[in-house]
Amino acid sequence: MEKNKRDWPLWEVFIRSKQGLDHKHVGSLHASDAEMAMENARDVYTRRMEGVSIWVVESKHLHASNPDEEGTLYESAKSKIYRHPTFYNIPESVGHM
Amino acid sequence: METAKNKTDQALFNTVLSLADSTLILSHRLSEWCGHGPIIEQDIAMSNIALDLIGEARNFYDYATKLEGAGKTEDDYAYFRESKEYKNALLCEQLNGDFAHTVVRQFFFDCWHIHFLDALRNSPDENLAAIAEKSYMEVSYHIKWSSEWVIRLGDGTEKSKQKMETALKALWPFSGELLEATEDEKILIAVGILPDFETLKTVWLEQVTTILTRATLEVPTGKNTAQTGGKTGRHSEYLSYLLAEMQSVQRAYPGLKW
Repeated sequence: MEKNKRDWPLWEVFIRSKQGLDHKHVGSLHASDAEMAMENARDVYTRRMEGVSIWVVESKHLHASNPDEEGTLYESAKSKIYRHPTFYNIPESVGHM
Repeated sequence: METAKNKTDQALFNTVLSLADSTLILSHRLSEWCGHGPIIEQDIAMSNIALDLIGEARNFYDYATKLEGAGKTEDDYAYFRESKEYKNALLCEQLNGDFAHTVVRQFFFDCWHIHFLDALRNSPDENLAAIAEKSYMEVSYHIKWSSEWVIRLGDGTEKSKQKMETALKALWPFSGELLEATEDEKILIAVGILPDFETLKTVWLEQVTTILTRATLEVPTGKNTAQTGGKTGRHSEYLSYLLAEMQSVQRAYPGLKW
């Protein structure tokens, strides 16, 4: 318990590789606060010119879906193939989409 | 006239070698942390800085080979010179000690490094200006890193503050050598190749004072040039041990390549 209190919190790191692309989760690290997390992220995850923008968020602030609820959450979408826009006839003049 | 030129050339060669040595030796010290950092993120941070410094050292050594014109390579300077031939500032060879010592050593060095390179970018010596330009951006991160740690540890816990005070006191006498012109450096300052050291001293002290104040630490009293001589080859025994380790492979297998 004492050890946990002394350990620096965990942070999740998101990097945008270049202008126009989304930030992608690249990994996690330990840091005592946001500023140090940002600097550590720079040192650990952008050594090979991977990024132009960094987001960090303390891991405890991320809420994840429960893997046990996989069925409830995702199963029903499988039978609803009409949600994919594949049922339209595209006029030839439109060309490749 | 010819003699004056030779004197300037010799001063330039010595000074370039001195800059190369200071960056190489500090780089080696930082690399000693690799695998021993307090946390892996800082282990990598220090290795990154070490790699930046060795890159800068290589540029200076490369320039030195051209100035000497004796067909030597960077490796000849790095691996086949004795302690007394090394011209690094004594600050750079000081032991890593605890993390506070490493942070303070880096902080004193960075406060000099950033302003020295900033001014050197305008040197009429194109080679020096180009090396300075290339390293300036990297060093602007080094000083951010070391300043942040000075503030965190100084304004941290009782224990971290006390460790910082100990480190400041131990390293303060070494902190002024980089700003104290040698005879060679005076020659280069006179012809404008090197920037004015008096101005550098002022901005160095301003920056050190600003950061230490934010860190709730006091600027040590006493002369910060009490320990000098490294730039002209007078070293502590620390350097001999460092060189013994750094040079051992090349000494055992001269010319060995990766």
